[in-house]
Amino acid sequence: MTENSILQELHLFGAGETGLVAEFGQQISPRINAAVHRFSRLLRADLPCGVTEIVPTYCAVTIYFDPLCIKRHELEQTVRNLALTMETPETVREASQIIYIPVCYGGVLGPDMDYAVKYTGLPAEEIIRLHTEKPYLVYTLGFTPGFPYLGGLQPELFVPRQEKPRLRVPTGSVGIGGGQTGFYPSESPGEWWLIGRTPVKAFDPEESNPFLLTAGDFVQFFSVDRDTYFSIRREVAAHSYVCRREEAQLG
Amino acid sequence: MITVLEAGQFTTIQDQGRFGYQAWGMPVSGAMDTYAAAMANRLAGNETEQAVIEMTGRGGAFKFDQKTLVAVCGADMEGMAGSRKIQGWRSFFVQPGDILRFFHAREGYRTYLAVQGGIDVPLVMGSRSTYTRAQLGGFEGRCLLPGDVLYIGKAVPGKEALAAEKSAIPRYEEALSLRVLGAAGVSALGAAADEFFAATYTLGQDSDRVNYSLTGPLLALSGRTDIISTAVGQGAIQITSAGRPYIVASDHGTIRGFSRIGYVIQADLPMLAQAKPGAELSFQKICEEEAVAIWRAERNKLDALK
Repeated sequence: MTENSILQELHLFGAGETGLVAEFGQQISPRINAAVHRFSRLLRADLPCGVTEIVPTYCAVTIYFDPLCIKRHELEQTVRNLALTMETPETVREASQIIYIPVCYGGVLGPDMDYAVKYTGLPAEEIIRLHTEKPYLVYTLGFTPGFPYLGGLQPELFVPRQEKPRLRVPTGSVGIGGGQTGFYPSESPGEWWLIGRTPVKAFDPEESNPFLLTAGDFVQFFSVDRDTYFSIRREVAAHSYVCRREEAQLG
Repeated sequence: MITVLEAGQFTTIQDQGRFGYQAWGMPVSGAMDTYAAAMANRLAGNETEQAVIEMTGRGGAFKFDQKTLVAVCGADMEGMAGSRKIQGWRSFFVQPGDILRFFHAREGYRTYLAVQGGIDVPLVMGSRSTYTRAQLGGFEGRCLLPGDVLYIGKAVPGKEALAAEKSAIPRYEEALSLRVLGAAGVSALGAAADEFFAATYTLGQDSDRVNYSLTGPLLALSGRTDIISTAVGQGAIQITSAGRPYIVASDHGTIRGFSRIGYVIQADLPMLAQAKPGAELSFQKICEEEAVAIWRAERNKLDALK
């Protein structure tokens, strides 16, 4: 599909007197989500006066604004003009990053690996291989601060959600469930099956940049053994561990 | 310095909110009644953004060890300054050793205590608001407890006690009609949206800083109400797949996949924050021009005290 068709799908509507939604389609797809993040970056780079926040999600960008600073129709015009510039080649090639995240799979850190083996009929090694095979797109962040909604899980790893959610999933737990995968940046309730844990913090309010991931990035998990997990954990605690980042060469 | 003697039901430090991080899943938090919090600050000689003490349902007791200009706005919790009754919506000086004591909310539900100089807790991601779910901000990320000691920020000398204009003091009623902007694309909800606007609800006992739950008729839905998750903010009225509406509050997660019927206008969110559990709520649609005009009038009330 061409950029043009994405612009034709652009749909603007209100969300209260302080909200404007720019919707780029109505399905969960990397193509639509890429338009969402490209548009958010452009808007963030040249923030119109009166805009207070920009929240990109799967198919839409919600723009919060102060109607006493900027009128809705003025903001809509700005948004349409900006969307037109999305077609120019220099803005098409934006930089998404791949962030490499170490995971210790199975054992006490991945207590539901046995369930995953039983449900999928695959050996643990194969589950780990499939789970670490490709980078996952961070469609959006939400639920808890820094929690990534990832896309791209291999169908072989589709398992149902747990019927009874755990009330306290430990920080760093990596899970699968309901055709999705991800990890928990802080302790929270959760209904995914936990197949591993990362020592890396995806959210730390004490850091100058509190979030490891930004929507539009990619996450690449890689498997580490238990000793490595604990040694990285020590480095994370000492603020000396830095996740490897690479520019995404995708598509 | 302020020593917490009694904590009250749910007492936290809040300011006007933590902005700029919703794209990373961080809710705005901040005072549930931003108007009363801002007004308390203005009366106490502060900028509106300073951190204040938010008390919910039943207030606490606070001992001051220094002379300080303070103001109390929001719900009437029958506050006492020593043996004197506290007059709301005006500022007054407390003396070293004075104890401010608050009780059950009579009218309204949330009371704001502002001190000149503001409550001095660390800025976390640009705000002093407490977000208890992530144990972050405010005083150690939690509700205040007896024995906690709060420091007061630097005060500008020479400030005098002030009183809010009568017209700037809201009246809290037992039954509340909230003004709403309809959501785009509610046709998917069919007659359920009309049903909602015709119904009367009561504010649920389980309402908190995350959600206002609504008890009343379940809406008859023709299909599923889940949508692809998009951003939600304070005041959004959502319907669960069971047909139960609820309203998003300060500490609510930033994105959600439920359909929305509409959005309570900004100017009415403080009134909603002052509704007691059990209060009667109904909803009335207005147009956007009206909502913006009402919002402008609300801002002017605050600016009149600058």
